[in-house]
Amino acid sequence: MLSYLPEDLRAGPVRAAETLAFATLDRRSVLLGGAAAFALAAFARPSAAFEPYPTGASGMANGVRTDPLLFVAIDAEGTVTITAHRSEMGQGSRTSVPMVLADELDADWSRVRLVQAPGDEPKYGNQDTDGSRSLRHHIQPMRQMGASVRLMLERAAAKAWGVDPASVKVAFHRVEGPAGQSADFGAFAEAAMAEPVPAFEELAFKDPADFRYIGKGEVQIADLRDITTGAAVYGADVMLEGMRTALIARPPVVGGVPKRVETAAALAIPGVEEVVELKGSIMPAKFAPLGGIAVIATNTWAAEQGRDALEIEWEDGPHGGYESAAYREEMEAASLNPDTVFRDQGDVPGAFAAAARTVERRYYQAHMAHIPMEPPAAVARFEDGKLEVWAPVQSPYTTRTDIAEDLGMDPADVTVHVTLLGGGFGRKSKADYATEAARLAKETGKPVRVQWTREDDIRHSFFHTASVERIQVALDAEDKVTGWHHTSVAPSILSTFAPDGGNQFFIETGMGHVDMPFDIPNIRCDNAKALAHTRIGWFRAVSNIPRAWAVQSFAAELAEELGRDQKEMLLELIGPARVLDVAASAMPEDFWNYGEVYDEYPIETGRLAAVLELAAEKAGWGRSLPEGEGIGLAVHRSFVSYVAAAARVRVVDGVIRVPEVHFGLDCGFVANPERVRSQMEGAAVMGMTAALHSGITFEDGRVQQSNFHDYDVVRADNFPEAVEVHIVEQPFSVHAAGVGEPGVPPILPAIGNAIFNATGKRLRDLPLGPTI
Amino acid sequence: MSITFTLNGAAQTLDAPAEMPLLWAVRDLAGLTGTKYGCGAGLCGACTVHVDGEAVRSCLATLGEVEGRSVTTIEGLDPEGEHPVQQAWREFNVPQCGFCQAGQIMQAAALISAKPDITDDEILAGMEGNVCRCGCYQRIVAAVRHAATGI
Repeated sequence: MLSYLPEDLRAGPVRAAETLAFATLDRRSVLLGGAAAFALAAFARPSAAFEPYPTGASGMANGVRTDPLLFVAIDAEGTVTITAHRSEMGQGSRTSVPMVLADELDADWSRVRLVQAPGDEPKYGNQDTDGSRSLRHHIQPMRQMGASVRLMLERAAAKAWGVDPASVKVAFHRVEGPAGQSADFGAFAEAAMAEPVPAFEELAFKDPADFRYIGKGEVQIADLRDITTGAAVYGADVMLEGMRTALIARPPVVGGVPKRVETAAALAIPGVEEVVELKGSIMPAKFAPLGGIAVIATNTWAAEQGRDALEIEWEDGPHGGYESAAYREEMEAASLNPDTVFRDQGDVPGAFAAAARTVERRYYQAHMAHIPMEPPAAVARFEDGKLEVWAPVQSPYTTRTDIAEDLGMDPADVTVHVTLLGGGFGRKSKADYATEAARLAKETGKPVRVQWTREDDIRHSFFHTASVERIQVALDAEDKVTGWHHTSVAPSILSTFAPDGGNQFFIETGMGHVDMPFDIPNIRCDNAKALAHTRIGWFRAVSNIPRAWAVQSFAAELAEELGRDQKEMLLELIGPARVLDVAASAMPEDFWNYGEVYDEYPIETGRLAAVLELAAEKAGWGRSLPEGEGIGLAVHRSFVSYVAAAARVRVVDGVIRVPEVHFGLDCGFVANPERVRSQMEGAAVMGMTAALHSGITFEDGRVQQSNFHDYDVVRADNFPEAVEVHIVEQPFSVHAAGVGEPGVPPILPAIGNAIFNATGKRLRDLPLGPTI
Repeated sequence: MSITFTLNGAAQTLDAPAEMPLLWAVRDLAGLTGTKYGCGAGLCGACTVHVDGEAVRSCLATLGEVEGRSVTTIEGLDPEGEHPVQQAWREFNVPQCGFCQAGQIMQAAALISAKPDITDDEILAGMEGNVCRCGCYQRIVAAVRHAATGI
């Protein structure tokens, strides 16, 4: 195999890891920094410029760090090195989070380089890049650390110049003294980093009006040049000396085991070296590998041929009977008999008993797979009792501790380097593929790259749940909604972690079910059991997708039923601007609120109504449209952000097209509006894909789809062509909220409602299919 | 067997079966990882390279098929990484995760080279085979248009 490899790849350890650690900054960023150089920032005490507030960061595993020595280094040349400790999967965190620190430090971004942190939460604090939390949880610590280093530079310079520290000021990568002294950061780098780290109370912060980068959207992503030249390093791009490639034949049914394996034909393929059995797992197995038969070869092609040549007879185990159509019927039936009440406000049975009439609808969603463009892949090397892993993972410390536990190793002997992620969407929070690579590296004694094919990815995902959402309302004689009863049925993510009781848990119920904000006196949110027969995991926006689909479709259906304008109906349901009172609304004690302190991130119906009005106005709600066209509206709060979508749909010869989407978005203070817009544009595409295409179905416990031909996505010939993102501008005091996920949920019902308005056809089952 | 072809302007000889997909030959044997695996079935375009200037899915093309021909990958599209399509990609901040972008750029470069006066409909049709799961299509189309027409 080595003879195939050019010289530089044989040298090891890794060309790839170095490329990743030291990002190349784009020229344009350099120019931008220069252009902004003349504006001097003013700094104020915390209370004026930065009123700190509690976030859910402190409740995350291993919390949050504010020690600048962990995140910042300055060298004698004045280069500022900032540690990026969140995983980059397209959302821009690797750029935007360090950019906040650089701005508060008043550093020149063109002289900042990034180092990607390995999985080490005891050192860096929580690194779980999930839940739309990166900016939300780290904008404050990054500002604090930037201000700390700025003060340390000022104090070091003051000592050297023998002047009062208060008379020394940092000004755009320079330190300036009272008598005209002026020096680059580099001059005091060593002395500054030796200064004691100041307490928060000692710090002065930039007035937001003086931000150079924050809120501007002009800093380009750090990896832009590498991405456009092919130099960017993803999981499969790490090349180690002597590295082998493994493809694994996994059990087609979760919990299955190989009963009989014939390996001779596989081993006869040139390049195939070994066949190794991996032990399987039975749910709940967290992120443990599914097991199976690994073919280890000198290159991917040989491994693929070898795997094809395996003859395996599988014992399916208890989930071999999973069948999607029958399972849906079971969920529909269960939705008629809820067994667990989560929220019970007022007197719902009384409201229904007294109703002049009732309206009931049921909505369905099939399973989905995430299918990031980069299928799972990971590289591992086991040497001298130490394991080193390179992998595209959303939560590298979880990966590290999972691997240590799986292999019976001390976590101190396991290192997990984070490559760029070619998309994540929740799939790469569950790094079974990294554990596979770790096991094989240890077992074979050779560096191993595990490569998943697209078929592997689609068939062996941690699937977005399948669900039935049943909504009933009671109406009085004046057509006022007096009662709301929402029964949700879906196998739970919890089944991946604990013995399956069949009920959903507080994180799922907190995503658009119990936090339903409508102004209705009697509200019941309940649940019926549904046992999982495959690995259930989280998918970008998670349970918010089926809940927004149901609630927002229902609101439009109710308008139709009552002969009302859909926007007016929705606004009436949302009711007057108010902060939802958790206790008075009978919300459960474990109400999740995305892990945030409720008083800091309450449910504010005024913000919900405002983004709806914004999107509707920009889309021209109420205007006359050509035959076959319709606009649909939807609004949903998730990840403590408020997002409305107004989608214009055109149906031509039955083909559903979405020529235009307007987002109204209130995600609090925005650090990087350019990446916020790109996230929303992407959410429109992913939402349209989920609405039209994404349906994973099971027969005999086996996934029926396998690649893009039967699990298609929105493409360049039919995508939301003009996505406009209208951001509600908020000051720093309106806390930064989630961005990566909340754009997705409103898109699906906006499209569904628009199809109804275009054609008169009401669709309730996801996926809708590309045509009607 | 030994197969010789031109890779990014230089002669390359690889000792491998003729039926090995070009994708794996380029990645595993030649060590150029800019070309990505996305589906292995010609359905997503992540592995797009140029063979004698034409966009080809390298997961379907075989090493034997390119013998004596000229293969260009993203690494060789422009010696300085300043092809008009690459420049347009940066100007429009196209990428999110970036994984599909090498394939998108190679597809776009071949597309506009074959048809400099390309229309919007031709861009949409020409880029249809390249999937972007992050959903950068709006910017991809704008960047292709810009690279082709300066608009």
